[in-house]
Amino acid sequence: MLTEKARDQLASIAGQENMKTDTASLLAYSYDSTSQYQAMPDAVVSPATTNEVASIVQVCNNENIPIVPRGSGTNLCAGTTPLEGGIVLLFNRMDQIIEVDEENLTIRTQPGVFTKDINKVAEEVGLFYPPDPGSMHISQIGGNISENSGGLRGLKYGVTRDYILGLEIVLPNGKIIRTGGKLAKDVAGYDLTRLYVGSEGTLGIVTEATLKLIPQPETKKTMLALYRDLESAAETVSAIIANRIIPATLEFLDQATVRVVEDFAQIGLPTDAQAVLLIEQDGASEVVARDMERIAVLCKENNAFKVTVAESKQQADALTSARRTALSALSRLKPTTILEDATVPRSEIAKMVRAINDIAVKYEVSICTFGHAGDGNLHPTCLTDIRNKDEITRVEKAFEEIFHKAVELGGTITGEHGVGAMKLPHLHLKAGEAGIEAMRSIKAALDPNGIMNPGKVFTQAERNRVVVNK
Amino acid sequence: MTGKKEKENIQSAMKERIDYDELLNCTRCGFCLPSCPTYIETGKNEVHSPRGRIALMKGLVDGEIEPSEEVKQSINMCLGCRACEPVCPSGVRFGHLLEQARDALHQHEKKSVPKKTIRNLVFNQLFPHQNRMIRLTGLLGFYQRSGLRNTAKRLGIMKLLPDTLEMMEKVLPSVPTKREMQQRPRHLLPINRSTKKVAFFAGCLMDTVFRQTNEATTKLLQYAGCEIVIPETQGCCGALHGHSGEVNNAKEMAKRNIEAFEAADVDYIITNAGGCGAFLVDYGHLLRGEPEWQERAKAFSRKIKDVTSVLMDAGFDQLPLQVKERVVTYQDSCHLRNVQRIFMEPRKLLQSIEGVRYVEMKDAGRCCGSAGIYNITESEMSMQILDYKMKQTKQTRAKTVVTANPGCLLQMKLGIEREGLFDQVEAVHIADFLLEAYENGQKHAEDNERNSTEEFHVGKTGKITH
Repeated sequence: MLTEKARDQLASIAGQENMKTDTASLLAYSYDSTSQYQAMPDAVVSPATTNEVASIVQVCNNENIPIVPRGSGTNLCAGTTPLEGGIVLLFNRMDQIIEVDEENLTIRTQPGVFTKDINKVAEEVGLFYPPDPGSMHISQIGGNISENSGGLRGLKYGVTRDYILGLEIVLPNGKIIRTGGKLAKDVAGYDLTRLYVGSEGTLGIVTEATLKLIPQPETKKTMLALYRDLESAAETVSAIIANRIIPATLEFLDQATVRVVEDFAQIGLPTDAQAVLLIEQDGASEVVARDMERIAVLCKENNAFKVTVAESKQQADALTSARRTALSALSRLKPTTILEDATVPRSEIAKMVRAINDIAVKYEVSICTFGHAGDGNLHPTCLTDIRNKDEITRVEKAFEEIFHKAVELGGTITGEHGVGAMKLPHLHLKAGEAGIEAMRSIKAALDPNGIMNPGKVFTQAERNRVVVNK
Repeated sequence: MTGKKEKENIQSAMKERIDYDELLNCTRCGFCLPSCPTYIETGKNEVHSPRGRIALMKGLVDGEIEPSEEVKQSINMCLGCRACEPVCPSGVRFGHLLEQARDALHQHEKKSVPKKTIRNLVFNQLFPHQNRMIRLTGLLGFYQRSGLRNTAKRLGIMKLLPDTLEMMEKVLPSVPTKREMQQRPRHLLPINRSTKKVAFFAGCLMDTVFRQTNEATTKLLQYAGCEIVIPETQGCCGALHGHSGEVNNAKEMAKRNIEAFEAADVDYIITNAGGCGAFLVDYGHLLRGEPEWQERAKAFSRKIKDVTSVLMDAGFDQLPLQVKERVVTYQDSCHLRNVQRIFMEPRKLLQSIEGVRYVEMKDAGRCCGSAGIYNITESEMSMQILDYKMKQTKQTRAKTVVTANPGCLLQMKLGIEREGLFDQVEAVHIADFLLEAYENGQKHAEDNERNSTEEFHVGKTGKITH
């Protein structure tokens, strides 16, 4: 609960109309896209400037009020669920692109801008901002930065981290710092920019960012390869990489996923194949043509029974945007979908796919798998019903085993969704106890009162999780 | 304020009426957010988004929150445009959830006496009775024709109405006389060629206030070779009731319509109002609790077809269609687009007209803010949405804005009036526009033929003289 004093102070900073405490508002900001997690905040505040953010943080730091910075709430790790109450901080009034610098190839933006608008603005001047998380139509760039979001193009172009040159950050003590800049090189001190990208709102608040743009690729081609079994598809992925070809996109979908996606998008996806690879290459037209030809050969060598190339840009776009809907479309099959994003080195994809199938059989749960096979980032998605407690327990066990397997293969518990509250119990598998200890020291040094997004990444002390399980 | 008893009643009604599985279908992915006009217009407020509304409904059912004023406002502020449905990968049928929530809210909400009176008048006394609709429209006609309108204008009586209503009065079409309405023909034969037999769903407002558009529609169908029956016992589709939490009324009206059209024995039932059509195709859902009506409702719904879709099937776009040269744009009817999924047909028809330079409006698929009686009940938000729509309209530089639903038509006319563009821009229903294009096209073709025949005669005569 907020004290009356704190409430008045916050309202006077952001303006009464930009601070909501009614139950409708509190409920509407009590969740994100992660199933099973929900908790009510004490207030929802929308500041308009960095200075307002700083003042709000100072009040919260003095009064020990948790702050949960939130974009559009599309993350999949319960990263913005206000588990310990406090205020949800919104950026709907900090939603402007400040500058497009065509000489330095950068964009300077406020955190509340939709990712797709960054893409669009870059495209309008012949430039390219590659990160394209599944939710790019609605996700905000501030959220992408805090979660270090990936996307379909990670294999060739990397992830959000690789395009953040500089940040303006409000520290948990209310001070404002600027890191990096429009610079390709900068080794002046610790790389705080990289530290904050992916820090999940636990170390401070990003209030502005300078993003790197690259020239737009000349052309792009999109291909579908169909398989009668999962493993041939997975082996094709390894074969493509082993042959020194880096496609822009290399997505893997199993039959169940293809079927629901087709059901929603109705673009004529092949529902008879056991597995489908969606492959894209971009670049200079002769390179693209050559690569696509070689990829087609590799697909066939690895038992693809059909390989088709999209005939038009519309057809290609339809394929990739259909792929983006995979997760939500899967929910048509069962009331609850729980997905993970265990990631392994590319060479281990086939092994991982096999392991996931075995684990699903072992725990008698239904797991569909799709994902960014090209960068080893799979999205095993469990179709279940949260009302079935027994099954949910088995699902949790199955995922635990999947995490162990991923780490064993040299991978990680999460490739792009983040730890949040959801994967917090498994972080030690990847980071190790000493690793978590190092992270805890950083957190304690920057946020001694633990006001920033508490209960995420790791717990500060051992305490029970506040989870609404409905 | 909401009293304790009322809260409890609403809560139990919510539990009873809301389809919990449908609520759980929402994975909260947020893909619906950018499609929601109220989310955008409120500066991205999750409370006024589909995902937020579903969360609130679930919160009410689960007993986590009470039906506070803010919660009710969120449910009431929804346009019901259902733009969130086609973009929902999980396939949540938000329109159904909204109807169920409104039903639960309105049945137990304590309403003020004037509000109750108006609701009773509109929902029970007026719309279900076509003869009363005719009488009222007759009065409107008398008002428009008798000089009373001018007197009222002179005296400034209209100024006493809220702004939206005052403007609305200005943009209403000239309505037919009572006799014209009562002597509605019930059977029309195809002109030129015969292709199929259809029934026409005339609607309540469409057959009174917008009678001219209905006539244009049946004429188009006749030209397209349709034999048309217009069953006499049909009435209002019930959409207005269904969307406003008067579900029982809506069910009665649905049954009456199903019966009326069963007797007609036709392949299709044609509508020319996107809003009605979308409700008619959903009769199966409306009557889901009544097994003896299930099959009949579904059979009825399968036959529903929008006029633009029938015309495209009949190859109407291949006929000579012509209007005076101008820029034309199209404003989607939300329910035609989002529920019946008809959006290419009207565009193709318009683009096939000679003289039309078709310019697509930005966000043409976004609601205009009319939304049934929304522009009266939530006029502030409605006008905000309309302002955005007019900005986009102006950017097309269109002279003619074409719509496919009476509510949209009035709203666009209202927008034109508000912007002071009435001497530069017109809003029309697609049926009226197509009829104009067809008749013009025919005339032009005849003129051409006559000219060429004359030339031929001259030639012939010339030859003979030679």
